[in-house]
This record gives sequence, C-alpha cells and structure tokens, in this order.
Amino acid sequence: MARQLIKGNEAIAEAAVRSGCRYYFGYPITPQSEIPEYMSARLPEVGGTFIQAESEISAINMVYGAAAAGGRAMTSSSSPGISLKQEGISYIAASDVPCVIVNVMRAGPGLGGIQPSQGDYFQAVKGGGHGDYKLIVYAPSSVQEAADYTYKAFDVADKYRMPVMILCDGLLGQMMEGVELPPMRDLSQLPQKDWALRGWDGSGERRIINSLRIQPDELERYIDELYRKYDTIKQNETQVEEYLCDDAEIIFASYGIVARICKSAILKLRKMGIKAGLIRPITLFPFPEETFKKHAARDNVKKFVAVELSKGQMVEDVRLAVDGKKPVGFYGRTGGNVMNEDDLASFIAGGK
Amino acid sequence: MTKAKIDREACKGCGLCVDACPKKIISLSKSEINRQGYFPAEITDIEACIGCAMCAIMCPDVCIEVK
Amino acid sequence: MAVFHKTKNLTSKPFHYCPGCTHGIVHRLVAEAIEELGVSEKTIGVAPVGCSVFAYDYFNFDMAEAAHGRAPAMATGIKRVHPDCLVFCYQGDGDLASIGTAETVHAACRGENITIIFINNGIYGMTGGQMAPTTIMGQKATTCPDGRSGINGYPIKICEMLATQEGTYYAERVSTHNVKQVLNAKRAIKKALKNQIDKKGFSIVEVLTNCPTNWHMSPRDSLKYIEEKVIPYYPLGVFKDKDAEVKNA
Repeated sequence: MARQLIKGNEAIAEAAVRSGCRYYFGYPITPQSEIPEYMSARLPEVGGTFIQAESEISAINMVYGAAAAGGRAMTSSSSPGISLKQEGISYIAASDVPCVIVNVMRAGPGLGGIQPSQGDYFQAVKGGGHGDYKLIVYAPSSVQEAADYTYKAFDVADKYRMPVMILCDGLLGQMMEGVELPPMRDLSQLPQKDWALRGWDGSGERRIINSLRIQPDELERYIDELYRKYDTIKQNETQVEEYLCDDAEIIFASYGIVARICKSAILKLRKMGIKAGLIRPITLFPFPEETFKKHAARDNVKKFVAVELSKGQMVEDVRLAVDGKKPVGFYGRTGGNVMNEDDLASFIAGGK
Repeated sequence: MTKAKIDREACKGCGLCVDACPKKIISLSKSEINRQGYFPAEITDIEACIGCAMCAIMCPDVCIEVK
Repeated sequence: MAVFHKTKNLTSKPFHYCPGCTHGIVHRLVAEAIEELGVSEKTIGVAPVGCSVFAYDYFNFDMAEAAHGRAPAMATGIKRVHPDCLVFCYQGDGDLASIGTAETVHAACRGENITIIFINNGIYGMTGGQMAPTTIMGQKATTCPDGRSGINGYPIKICEMLATQEGTYYAERVSTHNVKQVLNAKRAIKKALKNQIDKKGFSIVEVLTNCPTNWHMSPRDSLKYIEEKVIPYYPLGVFKDKDAEVKNA
C-alpha cells in the first residue's frame, strides 16, 4: 500500500469515503473547510451526495435524515459549529441512529480564534446536547490515526447505532503527514439496516425514527437501555496508549496533538533523569479509567499531570479515575497557543 | 341507496358536519353524550340523505362513512 | 362500493386534535392523495414539533420525527438516500415559519424534490396559544395579549416569499373553511405530491387552518374567522407554478 503525503482534513474526508460514507452535509468554518471542499469533489466521483447546507444546524439534521434512511452519513465542523449541532446530536443519539461527526477544534469560547485548542472535551464527552446520552469519541494523534479512526467510526456507529465523534484540533486538520489510506470498502458487504426508513410496503412492521417518548416510564426504560449499551461499549471499545509508563514516576495524561508534544517532553525529561511516561486516551468516551487506576496503584508513581489545550477539562476525568490515590497536576495553554516540549519539560523539572 | 353513517363514539361533536350538510339533516345530540363525553352528531332524517359526502369531507376525525 | 371511506393511509389511532381542528382534515387529504397517486408503499413522511408531533402515529407510512423547524433538512437527507420515495414534510407555522425559516427557504432554493404541507393557523397551539409569525394584526395571543400590533412585527408571508425564489417549483395557498375549499385544498396537495413523483422540484402548499381552542372560538366561528379575517391578509391562490410558465413559454 502506497503512503501519501496528505493534509489531516483531507485524510479524514478520504477515509470516510473509503469507509462507505456517501452522504456528507456540512458548512465552511476554519479550520476544517477543506473537509466539505474535498467532499464536494470526491463524493460525486463515487455516486455520493454532497450538500453545503445553509447552516451547521441544517447539516446535522440532514445527517439525521440520511442516516435514518440507512445511509452512511457524516458532517464536520469546528467548535462554534459543533455547538450549533448539539440539539441534532441529542436527537440522533436518542433515536439509535448511527452517524459520524468530526470536530476540528479551534480556540473558544465564543467566536474565539482559529488556532488549535482542546476546549471542547466537555462538550464532546460530557454531552454537549441536553439529556442523558453519550457519544463514542475518538481523539486521533496523527494524520494516520485521523484516517484510521474515521474509517473505523462508521463501523462502530453502525454496530452500536449511535453518533460517533472524531475529536481533533486545528493543528491535526491542517498538518500534512505520510499516511497509508485504508482500502475502499465494498458497499454491498455492509450489513442491512432493518430499522431504517424505506417506504413501507405493508409487510412486516412500519418503521418510525423518533426521539419523543412522552410517557416517563417508557423514556426511563429507554435511557436504561442506552446506558446498558454504553456499558457494553466500555467493555469493548476503550482504546488507550501507554508510553514509557512501566517505570514512570510522573505520568502525563494527554490526547491528540498534545500527546505528541508530551512524548517529546518525556524524552527530554528522561535525559534529565526524570522518569516520565504518558497515558494517551484514544477513546475519550469510553475513558480508559482502568489504565489510570492501574498506574495510580503503583508505588513508584509520584503524580499525574494532565496536559491540555484548555483550562483543564480532561483533567477532571483523570482525577476521578485516580480517585485521590496520587496527586494530579495540570498544565494548559489556551487562546490557540500550543505548548512546546521545552515549556512542558521545564514545568515538570521545576518541580511542578 | 348511498347514505352517510356517523360513528357516534368517535365523534367529537365539533359541528363541522352540521354546517356542511346541504340538506340540513345533521345536528348534535342535545341529550346524550358518547363515551368520550361529547354530544355526537346525528343524522336526523336518513331518508333525506342524498349521500353527497359533504359531511364526511368536513369531518376532521374521519368518523363518517358514506356508502 | 363506498362513496367515502377512510383511506388505508391513516392508522386506526383516533386523532388527539381538539374538536373541529382542521389538522384532521388535512391529514386525511394528504393520506388520500398519496393513496390515489398509488405511491403509498414508497412514502416517507416527516413530522414536526407542534400539535401534529404525533403525526407519525396517524400516517400509515414509515415516518421520522424531526427537531423543531428542521423537517425540510431531515427530508433532504432522506430524499437523497431514497430519491425514488415520496418524501413529505407536514409542518405548522412555528415549525416552518419561525425556527425553521432557513431550512424552508433553502430547501426551496436548492430545488429539493420534496413536498411541504404547511399548516398555517396563526398561533402556537401545542404550547398553549402564543403568537406565531403568521398571527394576523389585531389577533390576540398569550404573548401579544393586547392583539398583535407593530411592536410585534408583521406577519410573514411564506408563499409570497418562496415564490420569488428560482428553486420553488410550485407554491399555492389554500384553505379549509368549507367543503369547496377543502376539495380545492386536496387538489393542490395532490398536485404538490405529483410534482415530486414527476421529479419537478420543490412544492409547497400553505393550508389556512383553525385553532378553535386558542382562538377562543367555536369550530364554526373559527372557520368564519379564516374566511373573513385571515384570507384578506393571506389571500388564496397560486403564487408560483413552473408548469404554467413552461406552458406559456
């Protein structure tokens, strides 16, 4: 398989197409506009449908419709646009409909900035939309991972019938790296969706895609079912990378682009005699609690340090998982600024 | 003979059929309510019914059949 | 043989609508038209948020329940996956002309090959009688208790507005206030649905309907109100019909 130099946003789009995505609805917003641009040219080549919707709200609702009708559908946006989509995402989650949503994070809050950030962790993982529901959230750390997890996201979404989010940041979306793209899927091999809207010919049951359950008992039963599904997902889909943790005394917790910066900092620190390691959640939901618990229980681990491009969002989940066993510190940058490995190494070496 | 037939229990007593009937032979019961608690529409002179179905066309609850 | 029997495209579930609410009439017209057009088995409907939120229980088709105002966007997604299905939206005045205005306008501008049935009764029924964007001047509602006046802005005219857009194939306003109007409404609805089958593009039928409960009128008086008060501001008729333009070309 040939490797090609490709921009993150384009790799995501191409991987989606190869995974069977034939319906893309989106709206331009920096730093992800390459995704709709790419899709506008690529989807017609494979007989797919591209619509530049009138807004991010309309786009997520088009995804809802196309996915409800059985199509592999996707939308992408960046932070403010993802805020707009929240109602739609909640509806999709509450209808057991699969889809893929890509957030290429930029600095917030508000109109914010266009440079990279990780300020949407809460929105993605704790539910940005109303009500009790979860998304499976993948946080790729390289253009290769962005392609691989986008490809996988459609399968996982279909398997569990829920929205799946690819949470990256503007750096990943804009950078170019060598990538081996996954193969083009044979759509005829995809399993049939026996719940999707199609026009009822009178045989079997009529199909309704709906998130309204006005009787409290019915809604509570449904939410319990959803959460049993999420428990299964926790068992089966949690993904994490442990980097030089075995003898580590200080363990970083970071994801996405920041994890790569942490790895560079770790190499610097080790040269200085500080045994640092990294736990890199790849699924932010389900969060790899067990990995954190395992290392928190080790005697030679002195502390954890969450590193994020935010004021501290994932750090809360780290603290919950570590459960008071070891101290959890935090290092963050915001505004679109990105830390470098020297800043991080100095922060740690300075005894913080 | 084509005649209208009103489903008494489904009727909500809205009266749209009363106004629609060109023969003026539908009225709302003044004395008996149906199970839903409404005064249902009744055809008072079925002989005069011409089976025009205008009552059925106006009925918002599809409680009138004409055959 | 029955002169009038209930169409198979309505389920057996009794409508929850208030006595005299013309939602029931329009549901029936849409369901009948689809049966007569012979496409019942290839129909998918999109229900709104409003009194007719439970439309998925009444129409005997595969149905989707959309977020408030977003039915045209959801219908767009469905139609692009199943272009050979008849996809219709059924929406009230809050859904279509308030929160959903952008989705409505842009579905028309895209020339999306769908059909929208727009139920305009100038009030928000389900939530208890608040002002709608189509509430006429002088009409009272819970959020304009003294009657709509300039401080509340002016009622929006959807058919007129959509008619100015190239993507709109057919836009007609009809009423339900007497038998003749109901039959006329059916003709328009059937045409709007047939346009989709013939792949002509975006069609919308705006149906003037009542709300006896929140207008605080009897059903009989509410139909008179449509005729005497609503129609002068919202005249009936065809605002756009590309069929006619083609004929005259």
